[in-house]
Parts: sequence; structure tokens; C-alpha cells
Amino acid sequence: MRFVLRRLTNLVVVLVVVSFLTFLLMNLLPGGPEVNYLGPLYVSDLSRCEAGDIDPQLAEGCTQTIRLRETLGLDQPFLERYGRWLGNAATGDLGDSYKNGVPVMDTITESLPTSLWLMLYAQVIAFTLAIPVAIYSAYRAGRWFDRGATTVSFGVIAVPVFILAILFIFLFGVKLGWFPTIYDPTASVGERIKGMFLPALTLGLGLGAVYARLLRTDLVATLQEDFILMARAKGMSTRHILLRHALRPSTFSLITVAGIQVGALIGGALVVERIFSMPGLGSVVTESVFRRDYQVVQGAILVITSAYVMVNIVVDLIYGYLDPRVRHARAAG
Amino acid sequence: MPERPADSALSEGLPDAAVFHEAQAEVYADAVVAAPGGVAGEVDDVVKRRLGPAFWVAVGWLVLVTAVAALAPVLPIEEPERIGVGGRYEGFTGDHWLGTDKLGRDVFARTVFGARVSLVVGFAAVAGGLVVGGLLGLLAGYRRGWFERVVMGFADVLLSFPAVILALAIVTFLGHDMWKIVLALGILSIAPITRLARANTLQWSQREFVLAARTLGAKDRRILFREVLPNVLMPMASLALIGVAIVIVAEGTLAFLNVGIENSISWGKLVLEGKDSLEQAPHVAFVPSAAMFFTVLALNFAGDRLRAHFDVKEGLL
Repeated sequence: MRFVLRRLTNLVVVLVVVSFLTFLLMNLLPGGPEVNYLGPLYVSDLSRCEAGDIDPQLAEGCTQTIRLRETLGLDQPFLERYGRWLGNAATGDLGDSYKNGVPVMDTITESLPTSLWLMLYAQVIAFTLAIPVAIYSAYRAGRWFDRGATTVSFGVIAVPVFILAILFIFLFGVKLGWFPTIYDPTASVGERIKGMFLPALTLGLGLGAVYARLLRTDLVATLQEDFILMARAKGMSTRHILLRHALRPSTFSLITVAGIQVGALIGGALVVERIFSMPGLGSVVTESVFRRDYQVVQGAILVITSAYVMVNIVVDLIYGYLDPRVRHARAAG
Repeated sequence: MPERPADSALSEGLPDAAVFHEAQAEVYADAVVAAPGGVAGEVDDVVKRRLGPAFWVAVGWLVLVTAVAALAPVLPIEEPERIGVGGRYEGFTGDHWLGTDKLGRDVFARTVFGARVSLVVGFAAVAGGLVVGGLLGLLAGYRRGWFERVVMGFADVLLSFPAVILALAIVTFLGHDMWKIVLALGILSIAPITRLARANTLQWSQREFVLAARTLGAKDRRILFREVLPNVLMPMASLALIGVAIVIVAEGTLAFLNVGIENSISWGKLVLEGKDSLEQAPHVAFVPSAAMFFTVLALNFAGDRLRAHFDVKEGLL
């Protein structure tokens, strides 16, 4: 319990720091959300307005900029604005979009499911590919299958996501015509599952290669332990030993990395979402960065970071379940 | 304070295995070291002391790509931006080995010139990250105490920040020229490098020869730079190669998000250009893709091999 509490405090600290830095970054970088509203009229350096006689266009720009900054609340001190934002965020109010006035929370809850499904889909594909390959590779370590799998996974890891996406679009979309290359969020459930296959495969194949390598290495190590020899001496079948005895203690690295990836893919699949036109959290972030819609970027980053850190806490809890030694160490410390 | 595992979110969805080894080692150490029994012995593949022919093939490819890219202006190559040197979407012909694109520009020439940008961005960003992150990590691992806590806390925060979004934001706001992209990607590479440098320094600064140096009255600066640094340098350099691969991919990722380098061509941008003509002329996308893939593969492979090579296990001494 103390462990969980400590991690949760940690979570809060990370969230505050990350959101503060986001806020700071957004404010430091030139060209705020005002640019969107005013275009060329926008005056970034308001001290220019105080000079004696300025040309009418600049004067007009000055008035408009000042009025807009007041409406958006941008004229208030930085810390005050951050404090208010943080207070609202704690109650679940992430403010309204600068662009269209829609509450940021609504935009996020609307796009999050697509990203979650894509993440889940990709993970399922990755595990389906990785686990059998890793088990067989470890069981016959050093033989042709193992060598082949190692080489292939090394190659797959070196393919950038966007190249993989293009390759799949070319193969399955253009040449074979099996899968749609553009995701249609309004289609029926069956069509959407089909439409999400290529993006999920793009993400899942690379993950699968990483997972397979990690699990194989750990399995090879586990298979040399005494309790495996013991199980063998007791006459257990290879199948039983591999699946029931060796697999569980070998999943540490796999769980760690899979956990990291769960966090990373929520809102992190910007390129894949863009290539396949999926309206997920990644697309929302990309578009709002371009529109300089601070509020949305800020809110989305908060959600993404929370997901990321929380998944890590869950992963730490899973260690305790997987390895009793960890549990005891924690109970003692 | 339990530490979060490092990750290399720079390349979305495709982090490299080497960083995972560190992540795994740290997590495992964090959880198990206190427990009796400890960690099962490192049973990686049989440690190979030779680099092997495949390593030299990878190095050969990298040298070739770098040389061609560096010498591109003086080599007899078509001008990359000249329109209509061939027909529209020509296939592989004698005049244009790797075909032409929709404006009749030479795909081979464009790929070669794309290499210039991609390689400069990759090496420059990692070099910057290596200097800053390496120094911070070295000091954090050696000095320990509050300095270590501050530096590592900072690295943790940077790492929990979604990397692609950070790069996207920096580049969108600062502008799209090459050195700004190098700056953005360089900043992103600081945190993972710091963690690695610290982990390596921790390991080496507890060795007997450091104790010996200290007993002989060596000053901290001498111990750090003459005793510890040389040992940390090679593992760091091999990881830096993998870092270059990650940055090259990250630059391509930015290009795909429409914040690529303006007025110049990189591999990522070329792949993006070719994406629209997959039906008529897939080679326009796949030629630069292949160049990128083999380069990333070679960097990963060479880095991985060097890491294994310099990874001196105590048991071998």
C-alpha cells in the first residue's frame, strides 16, 4: 500500500511539473494563438504601440491585439494563469479551445477511444506474433529458426514507422486491395475493424519484433535455472515446462516495455494516425499544435502523461504479482 | 525513490533494443537487488570478442553513404532540383538508374542529396546531446547527492513528456530550418543519453582502479576524466550510433507531420513526396525508403555490435 501511495504522489509531482513546463514552453515560443485570429494584423511586440505617431494599420493591430489578449485572458501574469488552469484541471475542466470554443475535455473524450482501440489492436498483433516466435526461439536457441527470427526482427526494428505504413499501403491497399488505406470513423464496426488493421499492423509489427527479442533473451536465461532442470527430472512435458514454468518468470522485460508502449501509443501514434487519417488523440495534438491552440495541446499532454505514468505504476504492481521476491522486498522495505 | 525505466520515444513505436536493456536492467535491479538470491546471471548470447564480417559490411555501407553524400556536389550526378531531366515517372533506365519523379527529376540524385541533410541532422543532434547529456550523466553518476537527484529528476520529466509532440511543438514555433530541427532533436536526445552516461559512470566509478587512484591522491577531475571517462566513452559512442539512427527516423517523422526542413530535401521528405504516386510509380517512395532503411539498419547493427564488444563483464577479467 505504501508503495502505491508513494507512486501516486510521484504521479502528481510529474503531472504538475510536466504541465508547468508545457505551459512555459507554449508561452516562451513566439507566435501565440492570437496569430490565428488576427493574421497579419497581430502585433507581437506591444511596446511598438507606445511610440508617438504610428501608422494607422499598426494602431489598428495594436487595439485588436490588446482587446483579444483581454478576451482570451492572455494579458494576465503567467503564474496566475497557470495557477487558474491547474485549479480547473484538478476539477476536470481543461478549459475551452481557443479555436472553436469547444471544451477541451470533450475533444479529448471524443478522440481518445480511437487511440485506445488502435493501441490495443497493435498490442494484440504484437503479442500474437512475438510470444510463439520467442518461445520456439528460446526452446531451440541458436538453431536456424532462432537465428532467422533474430535477423528478421533486427531488420523489422530498423524500418521507420512511416516507411512500414507506406509499404503496407502499397502491398495490401494498392496491389492486393484487401484493406482500406484510409480509416473511415463513420463506417460499421466490422468495417472499422478492417480499416484499423493496416495502422495496427504498422505499429504492431515493430513492437512484436522488440517483444520477441526481449522475451526470447529472458526465456533463454530462465531455461538454464535449476527449477527447470527439476521439472524436467520430474518428467514433465516440454510443453508444460515452457508454458507453465518458464514463461511467467521470463516476462519482466516484456511487461516493462509493453507498459511503456501502452503509454507511448496513447496520443503518440501521430504519424500513423495522420497517414491513415484516423481521428485519434495524436491527430488532435498535431492539428492543435499547428493551430497554436494551447488549451487543447496542454490538455492532451496532461492526459497522455497521466496515462503514461499510470501505466508504469500498474507495471510495477505487476512485477510484485510475477515475482514473489519483489513482493517480499517491498513488504520489508 | 523508484526510478522509471528509460525509453526512447523518439522513434514512435520503434525504440531500439539497447535502450531496453538498460530499462530492463534498471527495473530489475530496482525490484530484485534487495531480495535474497539476486538477479540470475547475465546469460546473453555467447559473448563474441570479434566484430564479425557483418559488422564490417555495415560500416562499409555507412562509409559509402557518407562519402557519396559528402562528395555529391563534385560527383557526376544530376542536379537534384532540376526539373525534366527525364520523363515523368520513368522507371529504371540507363540514363536515370533509379528513375524519375513526377516532375522528371532524377530520383537517385535526390536520394543522394537527401542523405546529406539526413546524415547532418542525425550526427549533429546526437553530438550535441552527447556533449550535454554525457557531461551531466558523468557528473551525476560520480558526484551523486543532490546534483544527481536534480539532474535525474529533470531527465525523468523530459522522458515522460511525449517526445514527438515536444519536437513538433518546438519546430512549429521556432521555424523549419535545419539547425532548429537539429536543436529540437538534440534537446530530445539529452535525457536518454544522460541516463545512460550516469548508469555507466556508476558502474565504473566503483571499480578498484578508481579507488586506487583516489588512494594515490588523484583529484576528482583527474579521476573523472582520466579514469572513468575513457571507460564510459566507448559504450556511449556505440549507443550514439543507435541514437543517430533514431534521430534520422525522427527527422523523417517530422517531415511526415509537415514540419520538415524547408527548402531542402531529406530522406523523410522524399518518402513523403513519393507517397502520393504509389500507384503509378512506387519507386519514387521506395528508393529513398531503401536508402533510409539500410542506413538505419547499419547504424543499429554497428552500434549493437560495438556495445556487445565493449561490454566487459567482470567474469571475463
